[in-house]
Order: sequence, then structure tokens, then C-alpha cells
Amino acid sequence: MKPLDEMVERGQARKVYSRPRALHSTRTHYCPGCGHGVIHRMLCEVIDELGIQETTIGVSPVGCAVFAFNYINVDFTDALHGRAPAVATGIKRSHPDKVVFTYQGDGDLAAIGLGEIVHAASRGEKITTLFVNNANYGMTGGQMAPTTLPGQRTTTSPHGRDPEVCGYPLRMAELLATIEGVNFLTREALDIPARVISAKKAIKTAFAEQLAGKGFNLVEILSPCASGWGMTPLKAREWLREKMIPQFPLGRFK
Amino acid sequence: MTHTKRLIKGNEAIAMAAIEAGCRKYFAYPITPQNEIPEYMAEHMPEVGGTFLQAESELAAINMVYGAAAAGERAMTSTSGPGYSLMLEGLSGIAAAEVPVVLAQVMRGGPGIGSLETAQLDYFSATKGGGHGGYRNLVLAASSVQELFDLTQLAFHLADRYRILVMLLVDGILGQIMEPLELRPLPESELPELPPKIWALTGMGKRGRQNVLSTMLMREGQVMEWHQRAAEKYRQIEEREVRLATHLWEDARIGIVAFGMMARVAETAIELCREEGVPVGLLRPITLFPFCSDFIRQSTAHIRRFLVAEVNLGQMVEDVRLAVEGRRPVDFVGRPTLPPPSMVVESIQKIWRELKDGETEER
Repeated sequence: MKPLDEMVERGQARKVYSRPRALHSTRTHYCPGCGHGVIHRMLCEVIDELGIQETTIGVSPVGCAVFAFNYINVDFTDALHGRAPAVATGIKRSHPDKVVFTYQGDGDLAAIGLGEIVHAASRGEKITTLFVNNANYGMTGGQMAPTTLPGQRTTTSPHGRDPEVCGYPLRMAELLATIEGVNFLTREALDIPARVISAKKAIKTAFAEQLAGKGFNLVEILSPCASGWGMTPLKAREWLREKMIPQFPLGRFK
Repeated sequence: MTHTKRLIKGNEAIAMAAIEAGCRKYFAYPITPQNEIPEYMAEHMPEVGGTFLQAESELAAINMVYGAAAAGERAMTSTSGPGYSLMLEGLSGIAAAEVPVVLAQVMRGGPGIGSLETAQLDYFSATKGGGHGGYRNLVLAASSVQELFDLTQLAFHLADRYRILVMLLVDGILGQIMEPLELRPLPESELPELPPKIWALTGMGKRGRQNVLSTMLMREGQVMEWHQRAAEKYRQIEEREVRLATHLWEDARIGIVAFGMMARVAETAIELCREEGVPVGLLRPITLFPFCSDFIRQSTAHIRRFLVAEVNLGQMVEDVRLAVEGRRPVDFVGRPTLPPPSMVVESIQKIWRELKDGETEER
């Protein structure tokens, strides 16, 4: 028995936190201050709470979360860049009784995979999508994404994103909200604990809705990318709150 | 199922055979000249409890097929040239994750949007893999509607057996013509038993450990491992799965090599030349990969000259030359739209004259 568990046993400590069953006990490859670890944990808590570890199939994207199956202990496949909603469609149509989700970043979902997400939404696919918006391409080294803010510096917008040259950020939740096939749609953020708790609730609803036979369900999560933004983890959370939230308003869209 | 014959279009035969073979997941995007396949599927998949879904693009279609196949289903798509090009990234991923998929590629003229004329311009792309990463597809080519029906069923068996993408490389004209078809099921019970799909994504259930299908080969040494495993798989396929047909081959001295509808044109040319006493015969590769290289090499014992006929300006001819290993001359006749028999007859007659002149000189 581990020392902490012994202390709990002896009543010297109280257990308020433990690793979700669906989360593998391993170190992640994510950078300090990254939001993926928080989202993985919330997702696994939801899988535990809904009792769906044995019936869930995940689809990971191309991007930082491509290795999600190393951390989230359910059946998994990765998808080619942007194609996760199409792959998930094929899986869900084959196993309508199973829980199918995609986990995608902004490059994957809002750039190269825009067609797939819009059409999965329009078909009302009975799946759940976690859309992690961190305003840049993290895995490839911090390039400009469709969600990069005007003026934001990235490795491919070194002088700041100039809307005259490369347009404006895409607001995916607002765009998807116009689609009839969408069942549940919300935008959350990870800057402060209260919003983390709200995000967890949204993720749980997005899965509960699928279990109730409803779709399409998507939770957009504004998530810090300290490395990509060239900031400390704390500064990144401030930047998220001060810059990203005004551009991407939080709340339930559907 | 009754074994009476019905008049059926080639494309419809593909769809009917797929359902007969237990395919219950079909995803595709409309493109000419294969639209009868999705139209048939839209009508008849629901009758057998299957799924027909019209995708928003060929990119989506091939990835939906990946998802369904990864989930353990017999899954299929169909397309033509431009759509096929869009699917190539998906084909590479399917090869990487070793997911069994069937794809019917009903060829049209190209490159680009190209034309709707029948052609065999995609031989290279089909048989050499097409996409990135050095993978192969198992490629089947039929020359009649009946054979298309039979091979489509076989394609599902081979895909499951080798966890590979099996492509039906179909001449546009074969997809469009109607021929008598006997709806005979493939006696799959007589074929080798298929391995259970223990790798399929079905939810962990009581399995107790997660199944992961991945197209990533990032771990050190993983690219090497994948290619070694693939090379062994391709070697087995080349050893066991070569299929071909011959016509008047045994006593032939001029050997025509042609696949699909071109073989039927060549057959007409051969009949005409045989009437003139020219000893010419036909070899029709049915599997384009694996290719019948050994058979061709052995045939150099009695075939003095080879003539490869294609609906392009020379693609399969390269594989024939490799197989012949320089032992005999290999000529080519063809054009990127279906040549008439007279064009082949002319080539045969020219070769026959040269062959006879050469023999006179030898004496």
C-alpha cells in the first residue's frame, strides 16, 4: 500500500482526488501549462461517471492530441488530418449502440477538416466532438491557425496576423449553430477553475445527449498553449481570458 | 438465390455482388461513370439492414469507409479518376492501419477532370500503390459483367484475409454495358478460413484492454517493422493469389498481353489473325497486383514475340518487360481510348512478318 493510502486508511488524510479509471497511469507528452491534460482528465471522469469505458470508441486527430489513445483507455483510432468526423461517422453507423467521439484541434477541425465537421453536423451524426481551440498549430511548432487572432504573432504570421492578407478568425461554434442537425453546442474555457468545472459539465452533457440517441454534439474549449504562444503557463491563462474570450464569446449556442 | 441469368449493367453487378458478399456499409460521392453503384446501394442497402450514405466528398467517403472497416464491417466505396486521386491519402492510411477495404475504381479518361471515355490510364497508380509511403493494393481487373460480379465478391474475401485494400480496376465501358449475369454466390466456405477480426474497434467490452488502430509509425523502428511485415504480406499474396486467363496460348508464338476490356478487343483481333494462320494467343492478367510475372517468364519458352495492348500509351508493358527479362522482344499497341481490333490486327501482322523474315534469314 502506498504511504498516502495508508494515511487515508488510518484516518490521517481524506481522499478528495484520484485518477479516473479511464485515464492511463502514465506521463503525457504535453507541454507545461497545456490544456489537453485537463481536458483528458475531464473526459475520463465523464467516461467513468457515465459508465461507458467498455462501450466508447474514440477518434484522435492530427495535432497535439494524436496520441490521445496512450492516455485515454478506450478503443481508439487516429484519423488523417481533419477526417475524424468522417471516420467517426463510419464507426457510429457500424455500432449505433456504442459511444463515439472525436477529439480535434483548431487546425484539424476548422481548417483542413472544415468540410467533414460541417457535414457531420448537418447530418446530425449521433457523435460527440471535443474541439480544442488554442489559436495556433501546436504540434507543428506554433503556426497560424484559422482561429489565430488578428495581430497575434505565430511562426507563420511573425508580424502578427494581418486580416487584410490572411483574413479573420473563424468562430466555429457560431458557424455550426446555424446548422439544423446540431443538437448540443457550447463554448467553454480553461482559464479559471469555475470555467473548468463548467467545461466538465458541458462534456458530460455532450456524452449524455449521445447516450440518449441525440446528435450532433460539440463542445468547443478555449485552451491555453503556453509553448505555442511563447508565454509562461500563468501568462497564457491571462492571455486566454483577456484576448481569446472577447473574440470567442463563451456560452451555450444550442 | 436462383441461378437464372438476368441482363445487368456492370456497375450494378458490382453493387449486387457487394451486398451478396455481406458488405453492409457503403459510402460514396457521385461521379461518372460509376453512378449506378451508389444509386443501386441507395435503393437496396436498406433492404438488408445496411448503410448507404452519400458523403460530402471522396475525402469523407474513404474515411467513412475506414471507420466502418475499422469497426469490423465489410465496407466499400466506389469512384472514378478525380475522386480516386482525392482518396489516395485515405488509401495510404488504410494501408498503414491494415484495415480491409474494397474500392471499385471505374476508370475514365485523364488527367485532370479528363473525359468520360473509357481508358486504362490508372494502371500505374492502382498497381504501384498510388499514395505516399510505399504500400501496395491488391488489384483485380474483370473483362465481363459476370467476372465483375464474381471478382467483387472475391475482393471482400481477399481484403479480410490479408487486411489490405482490394481495388477493382474497372474499364468505364465495362461499368456501363449490360450483359447476362448469373447471380451465383461465391462459395466462400470453400476458400481459406478467415481470421477473426480481433483488432476491430467494437468498444472494449469484456476484452479488458483497448484496441487501437493507428496510421502513425512514430515509434523508433516502427516504419521498418511496418515495411517488413508488408513485404512478407505482399510476398504471400504474390505466391498465392496470382490469377490469369489465357486463350489459344499453348501453341502461340506471338503472345498478346491485355487486361479488362482491351483483352476482349485483342481476342477479336486474335480470331481474325488465326483465320489467316497466324499463331497468336492471349494472356489476360486478372490480378494486376500481384502480377503474373512467373507465368510470363515461363511462356518465353514458346512465345517468340510479346505484344502488350492497353487503353493508354504504355503502362502494363513495363511490368511485362520486367517479367520477360529481355529474353524476347516486347512490343506495344494502344491509345488512351479503346482501340479497334483492326489496330491490334495490324500490329500482329507486322510482328508476324518480322518473325517470318527473321526465320528465313536464320535458315
